[in-house]
This record gives sequence, C-alpha cells and structure tokens, in this order.
Amino acid sequence: MSTLTTKEISVGDIGARAAVHSDNERMALNVGPSHPTTHGVLRLMMELDGDVITKCDPVLGYLHRGDEKIAENMTYNQFVPYTDRLDYLAPLANNVAYALTVENLAGIEVPERCQAIRVLVCEMARISSHLLGMGVFGMDAGAWTPFMYTFTEREKLYTLFEELTGARFTTSYTRIGGVARDIPDGWLPRVEKFCDQLPKAINEVEKLLTRNRIFLDRTEGIGAISKDQAIAYGLTGPNLRASGVDLDLRKDKPYSGYDQYEFDVPIGTKGDCYDRYLVRIEEVRQSILIIKQVIASFPGGPWYCEDAKKIFAPPKEKIMTSMEELIQNFMIVTEGPQVPPGEVYFEAENPKGALGFYLVSKGGGVPYRLKIRAPSFCNLSILEELVPGHMLSDITVILGSLDFVMGECDR
Amino acid sequence: MISNEVGYNSKVEGEVIVTKADAVINWIRKHSVWPMPMGLACCAIELMASAASRYDISRFGMEVMRFSPRQSDCMIVAGTVTYKMAEVVRRIYDQMGDPKWVVAMGACASTGGMYRSYAVMQGVDTIVPVDVYVSGCPPRPEALLDAMMKLQDKIGNESSVKNLRGKQETADLSV
Amino acid sequence: MIDDDFVKSLLEKCSYLVLRHQEDCLTLDCPADSVVAFSKHLRDEETFDLLVDLTAVDHGETADTRFSVVLHFYSLIHRSYLRAHIACADNEAPEIPSISAVFPAANWHERETFDMFGIKFTNHPNLKRILMWDEYPYFPLRKDFPLAGIDVPLPAADVAEVTGADVDPAPMMGGPFVSSGNGRMSDAEPRAKDESWTEDSIKGS
Repeated sequence: MSTLTTKEISVGDIGARAAVHSDNERMALNVGPSHPTTHGVLRLMMELDGDVITKCDPVLGYLHRGDEKIAENMTYNQFVPYTDRLDYLAPLANNVAYALTVENLAGIEVPERCQAIRVLVCEMARISSHLLGMGVFGMDAGAWTPFMYTFTEREKLYTLFEELTGARFTTSYTRIGGVARDIPDGWLPRVEKFCDQLPKAINEVEKLLTRNRIFLDRTEGIGAISKDQAIAYGLTGPNLRASGVDLDLRKDKPYSGYDQYEFDVPIGTKGDCYDRYLVRIEEVRQSILIIKQVIASFPGGPWYCEDAKKIFAPPKEKIMTSMEELIQNFMIVTEGPQVPPGEVYFEAENPKGALGFYLVSKGGGVPYRLKIRAPSFCNLSILEELVPGHMLSDITVILGSLDFVMGECDR
Repeated sequence: MISNEVGYNSKVEGEVIVTKADAVINWIRKHSVWPMPMGLACCAIELMASAASRYDISRFGMEVMRFSPRQSDCMIVAGTVTYKMAEVVRRIYDQMGDPKWVVAMGACASTGGMYRSYAVMQGVDTIVPVDVYVSGCPPRPEALLDAMMKLQDKIGNESSVKNLRGKQETADLSV
Repeated sequence: MIDDDFVKSLLEKCSYLVLRHQEDCLTLDCPADSVVAFSKHLRDEETFDLLVDLTAVDHGETADTRFSVVLHFYSLIHRSYLRAHIACADNEAPEIPSISAVFPAANWHERETFDMFGIKFTNHPNLKRILMWDEYPYFPLRKDFPLAGIDVPLPAADVAEVTGADVDPAPMMGGPFVSSGNGRMSDAEPRAKDESWTEDSIKGS
C-alpha cells in the first residue's frame, strides 16, 4: 500500500464535483451523499491512485436529526416512535431494546407472554433486515433479481406486522412495561405459515448468489477484517461474527427469555464480504428456528406488567369505568412513566449489531440523558482503515456487506 | 374546461391524430416520469417497496429510478432533510433538466415531521419548489402511487408549449 | 466473573479508581490523567478489549463538575460490562486525554462527543465535528442549548442566496410539552418547557 507523500487533497464541500486532478496524479473522488451504493446519506471523500483507493474519509451527519436531544424532552413512551426510525429496517428490534433499557432501570420484569412476543417480533425484524441487506448486497454486486425476491418475502412480513401493530414498519409497538396490544387471533398460525415457506425463498436467493462465479469473484477476499481489527474498532453483530469472534448477546447475555430457545450462532473465518453474506443468510435460517420454537411454546397470561402501576397504563375498559385507573392513566400520559433515578446501560442483539442505550435518569417521566449506541456508527468507523488498498469498484461491495443504516448511524 | 385528452376513432379519421400539442406533450411526459429518488431515510424503504413487485411502480412507467439527475424528471424527496443535507438536495435539483417536478414524500420532507429539532429543516419546500406533498410516516406505497397519479394529473394540465418557448416558471422561493 | 474478588483486585492494581456502584454493572470513577493508563490496563490485563461506548453527560450549568465522560467496556471472557466516569476538570473548556491510540473505536466516539458537548480530547488524530457541519458554532447537547436550535446561516452560502433559506429555530409552539413531575397533581398538566416564543412571536423579539 503506497504511502501518501504530498499535501492533503481536499475536494472542499462541493457535493457534485466529480473529480479533481492534482499534480502527482492522485485523483480526489467524492462518492457523494446522494448515491445508490451508499445505502443512505453517507459521503466518502476518497483519494485514488488510478483505480486503487489510497485514502478514504467518510463524512457522516447528513441524517443527524437530534434524537438524543429530543429524548431529553419527551416522556419515555413518547420516545418510542423515534426509536423506530433509528434502524428503520428492523424497527421492532429497536423498540424492544429501548423498552428493555427503561425496564431495567425501573426494575420491572415483564411477564412471559410479553417476553415471547418480544422475541418473536425481534426475530421477524431480524429476518426482515437481513433479507433487505442481502437483496441490496446482491444489487450492489450487480444482481437485480435477488432484490425482487427478498422484497416479495418482506412484503409478507409487512402484512404480518401490519396485522399486529397497525403499521407496515415504524411500528412503535413496545411500551415501557409491555407491548401496545396483545397478538390478534390467528396471527401465530400465519407467522408459522410464513416461516414454512421462507426457506424455499432463501434457497432461491442462495441459488442465485452463493455459488455464482461473478459474485464470488466480487466478494471473496474483499474487505477482509481480522479478529483483532474487528474488536479494536468496536464492531458488533454479523460483521464481528464473520471475522471469527463469538459474540452474540442473545447467547452471552440473554434477555427477554432468549435462553429458553435453542439456536446456533454462525461464525465466519476470513471476515471478508463473502463471509458476512454467508453469516447473514445462516442467521435468517436460525431465526426461522427460533420463531418456530417460540410459537410451539407460546405462553398464556398477561401481556404487560400488571404490577407496574406508575409505568404501564391500565387497559382501556378499566380507564373508562374506574376512577383509580383513570387517574393512573392521566399521570402516566402527562408525566410519563415514573422511573427511579440512576443510570443503566443495556445492549440488545439487533440485526445490525449491538444496539445499546445508556440512560441517565434523575427521576420523573423524562430521561436526563439518553445515549444511543448505534452499531452502524461503530461498524462504519473501520472504513478509514479497511478501504485503502482496494479498487474503486470494491467500495460498493464493502459498503453493502457492512450492512449499515444511516438512520441509526447519525441518529 | 378545455380537455387536453387525445380522442379519435381510427376508423373514421384514419391513422392521423389531430390534436393540441399540449395534449400530446403532456401525455408523453406524464406516462414516463422517471423519478430521481432522493432517498434519505425510512421513506426510501417505502419508495423501494413501491418499486418492488407488489406495488409495482412500473405500471406507471416510473420504474427507471436512476440516481443521475440529468436523466430524471421528478425528484422524490423521501426522508428527513437536515440542514447539512439541504445543500446537496438543492444542487441535485439544479442539475436536473427541465421540465422537472418535486414530490415531498412523507411528513419529514413536507414539514419536518416529528423532528422539531435544531438539525432538521422544517420542510424541503424551503429550498425546492414542491409539486405534490404526500403525508404519512412513512406513506404507504399506495399513497405514493396516488401522489404520482396526482402528479400525472398536474402534468396533464400544464401549458407545456408556452413553457417550451421560454424558461420554465419556478415557484417563488423567496416566500 | 465480576465478583467481589475481581473488584478488589482491580481497585488494588489501579489505586486511582473509586468504586461508584455496582447496580447494573461495575461502575468506577477514574481521574482524567489516568484514563489512558486505565484503558491500556483494561485491554491488556483484564480482557476488557471491546470499547462499547464513549459518551458524555452534562450535569447542568450549576453543577460542580459540569461534564463527565462515560466509557463502557465489554469483556468477552467475563461477559460483562464495565463503566467508567471521568470528570472533566474545567467547566468552561473541558478537556481530557484521548484513548483512540489504545482503542481505535474511540476515534469517532470522541469526535461525536466533541461535536455534541465541546469536550476536547488531547492527542486525538482528527478532532473535527462529525455529525454537525464543520462551521456550526454551538454544541447541541449542552443543557443550555435549546432543542429548537439557534439561528445560524445555512452552511452553503450559494444555496442560501438563491432560496433565502436559513437555519431557523424549529417552530416549537412554545416548546416541548412535558409535565414537571413534581408538585401537586393539579399542576401536573404538561406545560410548554419554553414559553417565551411561539410561531407568531418569535424568540428574541
């Protein structure tokens, strides 16, 4: 890898300028924020030596919406829609992670049925996110058809989500102390039916990509991240596991009843783009297994924490008829769920990595400080070191394999 | 209202259509609107879903979602526009060739949505003239298709010939 | 395993640490000048080699130490987290040493903390803003910065000239409506946090 010798070449902040030639024949190229391969609004300011990239400087912040500041001004339940829009490919998983964080601080434990519902929706969100990730990854490498196939499957998932929560995605389904509503009748058999037909669709996608000569040439050996590098840069999730590190929070620090279910965690060996793709495809298959186990052992009982009087609003029939519940509802809606002072950090195994929430509360219904530890933010930090040495056309493949979402990266 | 519809009976009039230039130009334009997807956030996923097989935007001739502004007619701003991104959105709008339209998809692009914060531009119409606003967070693909149909109606009613002679009128941005 | 023996031995080896609490995970106070040595020790000796998060908390303008940086580490062997609070000595221009040489993951986290709070990290290779644009003059997550934002010119001057756009404070209609949570129930109705301005009468007028 050649070292930089001369002055810094800066394209300046002019988004559309394609290339500037400098005197020592290095070219500055700006893969701008509006670009199909960047999966959102990521800007890469790169320096090229012919076709080989010598320097890569990612610029973020084009989707910074101020979520953490907004959190300091919203009650805990009011913030749930904002968590949807973090990793907007798997909104239910974000909802669950946030609810678990606040519940950990408040010291309440949701009943088993609620835990099973949360595991179910988290795994469905994982399938949804990986399907899109792999469809778009295929598209990045030049294959258009897997995108269509995976989107068809995702539409079936959307129908299921809509039946459960009312929205296709951006569901805002969890509340502190439970979920918004119980599962509708007949929904579980429909989920099971979806899971039964999904392996066939995954096999079709695999048939198109996994042994495809062009796909192998484009992804094998590209963007290899070693174990030490991955840990040093704070990678989590499938990216870390593809590099050979066995870290899956569902197994290592089980939450929401994950320890009851048996599943394998795929670990890669070389940490290149192909390994990351294989890990994700296998994770989808494992998620199907988990969903089947959850449905087989689905518990009855309450779907929200009935003891959490100051946190979870009572059911509507009681609110409309009984004074005490009416006042309780009023307090929870206006003041917010009352969470004791303290701090907590909780991470959940999201499809993109480990989504963590660091919550500092000074009592009351509004957080004092909420830090969102976004997996995509940490996953992208490796780009500066990973990309130099590769060729320009490898950029699309590397970005696609890292499977990040700018919504949670910029918050 | 004078209809711009093309109507003829080939058995009577033969294979030659006599109609207004506007009718033909608008008919061609509205049935091949090539969107430039300014997919910024979650609405981009619904935009992709509307281009996928279930809600097939290709029925309207709009599946050609090229990211090149030079080759597109309509910029669909899908997602939250932050102040940092505003410059990029405006430049890409300027690079599109006439005639061009803008669809503000979703609550964030229309008015800033639920993000009333220091970093979010409260509506993309501050920097580009918007033709159709689509509400929803995110709007369902059907809502987007409905919006594109409304855009088609709007295109159908434009006086294109007048605009061909001079510069296309743009909205007054200083308001 | 993070048990009492581990905590005791850690506090002995790094005598500058103070135990804060152990409610959800081991939480320690570390002074700013030892943070690099502490992070090296954690990574090399104690197997806490994954830096999970680095952020800061603003305790308010009236607090004794206004800013404290909070680090979270994870150990794959112990399977648990460790949290370290580092108080920044200066309330006006807070500064602590950067640990990006020990943990490359800290690079971007420190840039973000600088961007949001204005805390400088000495010896950081590239301390620039990461989420807001480079010329943005304020630090958004500080408690004295309003949610709606403050009037600044748009980062691109030519776009601002053509369109007349500006970085205006978002219309809060008086401010986010949250209840104070204290006091009598009759006062518990959500009130506007910032009642000084609405869409009709703008701030400062």
